[in-house]
Amino acid sequence: MALTFQDIEQHRNYLLRYAIFQLRDETVAEDVVQDTLLAAVEKLEAFAGQSSVKTWLTGILKHKIIDAQRRMVRDPLLLDARTDEDGDLSDFDSLFDTQGHWGSDAPRSWQSPDQSLSDQQFWKVYEECARRMPKRTAMVFAMREMLGQEIDDICKNLDITATNCSVLLYRARMSLRLCLDKHWFGGSPLEKT
Amino acid sequence: MMLSCKEATRLMSMQMDRELSMGERLQLALHLTACAGCRNFRKQIGFLRTVTRKFGDQIDDS
Repeated sequence: MALTFQDIEQHRNYLLRYAIFQLRDETVAEDVVQDTLLAAVEKLEAFAGQSSVKTWLTGILKHKIIDAQRRMVRDPLLLDARTDEDGDLSDFDSLFDTQGHWGSDAPRSWQSPDQSLSDQQFWKVYEECARRMPKRTAMVFAMREMLGQEIDDICKNLDITATNCSVLLYRARMSLRLCLDKHWFGGSPLEKT
Repeated sequence: MMLSCKEATRLMSMQMDRELSMGERLQLALHLTACAGCRNFRKQIGFLRTVTRKFGDQIDDS
């Protein structure tokens, strides 16, 4: 059966949420989704049905997101606070004592974390925790962990050094772990910001 | 020279993105045998990777 515009248009909201998570900018994400849908319409004949429509569209979207990330680097208005958050890891100093060993908040074991994956509430907490990361940190984290890009490619696309990239990924993992530890595994309610 | 927990967390994060040197791996292995908090930390950042990769599947069309 031939693919129609309606078949792809129905995934617009999914594509938009996916793009916003990656780009942290609703306007840019809207543009990227629009480009994706246009590209899909132009390639309707090429859709072979070997994957689902959603998977096919996600593949197109990922390429558009990478292009958008490259453009964002060149527009300082889109990537705010370029240097403020990049090198300073003092936010996490309070976790450690003066010798650099864990203080009173040493990581405790998370009970049955894999069971969380089937709980819709967990995903809401996860999304909110991820949303709290600074834009640049979140973008590097999403490029590495969601798009699966290698460090060299991220550095090239965002025009940052490998050290800088490593610091941003450390910051992302530390803050996301802390947030989930507190608001999901620790049970403290998470208010939307 | 034993690693501090702070240094160990940096190395564990780096290890998710690149190969550590033999020296770094040895220091980290020694630290992990002695530190339950860092062993938990390592499992947890591994879980974050699993979760983030699955996140796209969780987004629905609503």
